[in-house]
Amino acid sequence: MDLSAGEIWLVIGALGAGTFLIRFSFLGLIGRRAMPPLVLRLLRYTPVAVIPGIVAPLILSPAATDGQFDPARGLAALATLAVGIATRNVLAAIGAGAITLYAMLWMLG
Amino acid sequence: MAGSTTKSAYWRGVVLALPFLLVVGPFAMLFGVVATEAGLPLLETMAFSALVIAGASQFAALQMMVEDASVWAILATGLAVNLRMAMYSAALVPWLGEAPLWQRALISYLNFDQSYAAAVTEYERRPAMSVRERVATFLGIATPIGPGWYLFTLIGALAGSNIPESWALDFALPITFIALIGPMLRTPAHLVAAGTSIVLALALAGMPPGTGLLLAGAGAMCAGAATEVWAERRWT
Repeated sequence: MDLSAGEIWLVIGALGAGTFLIRFSFLGLIGRRAMPPLVLRLLRYTPVAVIPGIVAPLILSPAATDGQFDPARGLAALATLAVGIATRNVLAAIGAGAITLYAMLWMLG
Repeated sequence: MAGSTTKSAYWRGVVLALPFLLVVGPFAMLFGVVATEAGLPLLETMAFSALVIAGASQFAALQMMVEDASVWAILATGLAVNLRMAMYSAALVPWLGEAPLWQRALISYLNFDQSYAAAVTEYERRPAMSVRERVATFLGIATPIGPGWYLFTLIGALAGSNIPESWALDFALPITFIALIGPMLRTPAHLVAAGTSIVLALALAGMPPGTGLLLAGAGAMCAGAATEVWAERRWT
């Protein structure tokens, strides 16, 4: 990590303040005024729009294997996704991913 | 007897929240571990969990920090992940809009995925509750989850540096993210948004750290919203 101690605190402080403002936005500031439907539509997709983009490069070129695709990690990702979609349960999906990862790392040495 | 009904509303909230500790505990612990592994000192790790108190956003910001993204790119990513909470904030107005400002501020700080979902479910189940009781219910729900988040971050951070490399903890973060996203892929629009995000993020990987991701996120949001509009026209 290249950030200085000051920059790290800046990130923590600004992210904390910004997150609070997002949470306070309607309940504290805007109140009952209606939001345009387009804004609501866009907000609905923020997590699924941002997180897969973070994850895809981590799966295809993990830093732990010097950026080479790793079958054990790839299969673990697939198992996590499948169980997450099938059960809609975050903990079950994490469990499936962890078990697959360790089983594959052990089998593939 | 306002006092006693408020009190029982509070305790109902506490009980409602207890099962969520099974999710929040391991997740917070993982953040402590991963942050410590990434080189974040104990105080900074704890400040992260205390000030931001939003798991996905903390993990996203941490990942961007590890990738040496610029401060603005880290902040934009971390905040983008939290934008959905504006929806939660709006959804609480009909239930809690009449509460005093300081209570609404406190509830805003504690308004995260689990507390929001549990509170709104309870409000819908007991529509006769007064605003005071609703506030008490929300604070009751937040009582185990909030402090649980700090405590398990601390446990993870203290354990973090003692965990051997063979545990492959590098992959804890991708697995956690995928596990969060899987259950959200409910509609074709969510699938399109996720797919667009992946394709664009990979295609724009050559840009400065964080920049490609922001463009991918913006494009994916538009793709999701556009798919929703298209599906509505088609099916209604």
